[in-house]
Amino acid sequence: MNSIIFTAGARLLVALVFVFSLFMLLRGHHLPGGGFIGGLLGAVAFIIYSLACGPEETRKALRLSPESIAVIGLGIALLAGLFSFFMGDPFFTGQWYWVGGDSYETSVFSINTVLVFDIGVYLVVLGGILSLTFAFEEEA
Amino acid sequence: MAEHSDPNAPWKTLSGLGTSAVTALLFLFFLQYLPTVAAGSPVRWVIPWIPSLDVNLTFWIDGLSLMFALLITGIGALVMLYAAKYLAGHPQYDRFALYLFSFMLSMLGLVLADNLIALFVFWELTTFTSYLLIGFSHADPKSRRNALQALLLTATGGLALLAGFILIGVSQGTFELSELTASGSLVGQEYYTLILFLVLAGAFTKSAQVPLHFWLPNAMAAPTPVSAYLHSATMVKAGVYLLARTHPALSGSDLWIWILSIFGAVTAVFASFMALRQTDLKQTLAYTTLMALGTLVMFLAGSTGYAITAAMTFLLVHSLYKAGLFLTIGIIDHATGTRDANILGGLKSAMPITAMAAAAAGLAMAGIPPFLGFIAKEVAYAGALEMQLMLFVLPMALIAFALMFAVAGIVAYKPFYGPQGDLPHAPHEGPWPMLLGPVVLGVLGLAFGLMPGIAAYYIIEPAVAAVMGAPDTGGRVKLWAGFNLPLLLSLITFALGFLIYAKHQSLRERLARIEARAPDLDARWDDILDIFVRFAKGQTGLIQTGVLRQYMFATFAVFAVTVLVTLVTRAAGGPSLSFAGLQFMEWGIALLILVGTVLVVLTSSRITALVALGTVGIGVALIFITYSAPDVAITQLLVELLVVVLLALALLKMPHLDPSGVQKHSFPNAILALLVGGLTTWVLLLVVDQPFDRRLTEFFEGASWVEAFGRNIVNVILVDFRTLDTFGEIAVVLIAALGAFVLLKGMRAAKGEEKE
Repeated sequence: MNSIIFTAGARLLVALVFVFSLFMLLRGHHLPGGGFIGGLLGAVAFIIYSLACGPEETRKALRLSPESIAVIGLGIALLAGLFSFFMGDPFFTGQWYWVGGDSYETSVFSINTVLVFDIGVYLVVLGGILSLTFAFEEEA
Repeated sequence: MAEHSDPNAPWKTLSGLGTSAVTALLFLFFLQYLPTVAAGSPVRWVIPWIPSLDVNLTFWIDGLSLMFALLITGIGALVMLYAAKYLAGHPQYDRFALYLFSFMLSMLGLVLADNLIALFVFWELTTFTSYLLIGFSHADPKSRRNALQALLLTATGGLALLAGFILIGVSQGTFELSELTASGSLVGQEYYTLILFLVLAGAFTKSAQVPLHFWLPNAMAAPTPVSAYLHSATMVKAGVYLLARTHPALSGSDLWIWILSIFGAVTAVFASFMALRQTDLKQTLAYTTLMALGTLVMFLAGSTGYAITAAMTFLLVHSLYKAGLFLTIGIIDHATGTRDANILGGLKSAMPITAMAAAAAGLAMAGIPPFLGFIAKEVAYAGALEMQLMLFVLPMALIAFALMFAVAGIVAYKPFYGPQGDLPHAPHEGPWPMLLGPVVLGVLGLAFGLMPGIAAYYIIEPAVAAVMGAPDTGGRVKLWAGFNLPLLLSLITFALGFLIYAKHQSLRERLARIEARAPDLDARWDDILDIFVRFAKGQTGLIQTGVLRQYMFATFAVFAVTVLVTLVTRAAGGPSLSFAGLQFMEWGIALLILVGTVLVVLTSSRITALVALGTVGIGVALIFITYSAPDVAITQLLVELLVVVLLALALLKMPHLDPSGVQKHSFPNAILALLVGGLTTWVLLLVVDQPFDRRLTEFFEGASWVEAFGRNIVNVILVDFRTLDTFGEIAVVLIAALGAFVLLKGMRAAKGEEKE
């Protein structure tokens, strides 16, 4: 697509949408959002970029190939499950660690496997959709 | 022959000697159970496997399984050592050793398993490993074909067997053989006849009873050690083992007696004649194995002490001498380059040890005293005299044993002492790893014959007790049983056998002429397979057209028909419709969706259709928003967006819609679309009419914050309560993406090639 306005606007838009996707991912536990929605939004961001600057540029911007991102995401999700397994709980039981307190109410923030799992979901959705899109775009 | 090794190749490899050593250790391990089992106390191990289905890995060592276990590990160790030398330097020897060792373990599992399902699994494992071993020379199409034939035949029997086992388990309430045999006979019960036929189908295919015998001689395409091990001493006896194992539960009915007697006897006599007809010594031995299997089945028809003792004694002696003879033939083949009975002769001076081992095995086979084979034959005649179908069984046994005598002469006497023919190369004595097996097995045949009491007490009588389901009185296995009818029959056998041996050349020619006129079951097998392949091709061409439109049509048509049938037969009354309370906005959304739909149907541009479809999706997302499901709405919106983008990328590369082509299919497609849409709406309305069960909602509403520290219930369900489901879903996303990626990449590569 050879539109200067679109190309210039896309750069801004991509950054905004991408940050928004991370925001949606992180707030998902309490408010609408989460890994799926975040991943879809992230994919939208890079698809915009790809439409503006071409898939080759987008691949460079991503650094990793989308297939690898998806596989890494699945691995991260699996790690979240395995962790609870090694802690002696049933597979995929959420593990919570409180920082600055001993319960949800008193702590400053928490480290938990549920978010790790959601990050895995985010990466799989992002990588999966982008690999499809690139495959279509690059098919000459 | 290609299967032979280079005599100077190194043979002391880990895969050869290692497997042999492990097998030998297993042999010693089982040997220690001999006194316990002989004293009448079987050993049982239980490992829970699928306890909810009553499937356990239970192992049961009684007289019968111990005898088999000792034969499998003992002969196994010798054969593996033999094979290490026989196939030394073969590029795929390691693979061979793996197959052979896996087979040994499967077979061991088969005879030790106490659970019927476990037994079936091991049964099929022996089928698979046997397939790999028969097809070991995989470059040879004949070898592949014979392997497939054995696999298909025995696996079909295996399926029948599984059905039989399940029937037994369901009707008797247990899958444990030890409980089954203890609880008495199934004869006269409701499913007895069906169970019997199914189990016999499995046993007869595995143990190659006429008319399902033809795979066994073909299986000789395998290297000689395999023939010695699987197709004489162990695997083919699995069917016999099964009959012996189920003997307490299934035997005694007229059906059992008639079927086993007739099939066994016909197999034994037919195979003996066929053995005489062959000139390839390996083929001769293959048919004598068939004869042995027939004889064993025939004697298992009976339930008297002598009949069962005959079966068990003959089983033992046959395993010893037949494995020995196969190995001997392998040595001869190795040394002279031929297995032709017409050429071989005068090898005794060049191969004295082989000659002696062959003589020991041959004398046991011919049933000459004081070898164990003689005792087996005596007991067999005594058993035949006790059988219900004595008038049929006894003459058949006599003919088969007389022919065996003659064949023993052809296999074990003539190559060494007969006139020497024109050999491909000068004979030499075999190396010791190959000689060890035949010598040990030959010596055992003689030793057991000289000391029948030991063989009887430790091996035969415990096995007989296991088959009969009651302690054995013993005392039947004797070298000298006095002047009686069996002895007289033995003498007649020798005389008849000697006569046949003297005349075997002319007999062979006559048999060859008869065989040429007889129907060839092996060729019919190919015809049957051809029919199957043609049927498969025909129906694939009919169903798998490769036209996406037809697949979609069929899928939706099936959906519509099944939903329609269910609605007509199950649903009472229609849904209640009420348009009251609908706001202006809801009417607006409905209108948006409708307009989008109409546009999709009417447009002739793909892109327009796509965008219109996107409008429909956005309308649906708006519905989610009005009913306060923001998560679903956001997802729906984003997915719609991405679908439009992805499809647009794909559609840009496709040609314009051809109006005439659309017209041609539009009428049936429209009907189907209306039907599916209408039915789905109808079903949804019916569903909404039902009172809503809020139990799950209440649980998640209550537990989401307390247990999972999240206020967004949808997300908490996705990443905490139902994490495993989500994990499965993202795995599917990944697999789908990778699959599409590879497909598109493949298309690109194919296009690239075309351009070049």
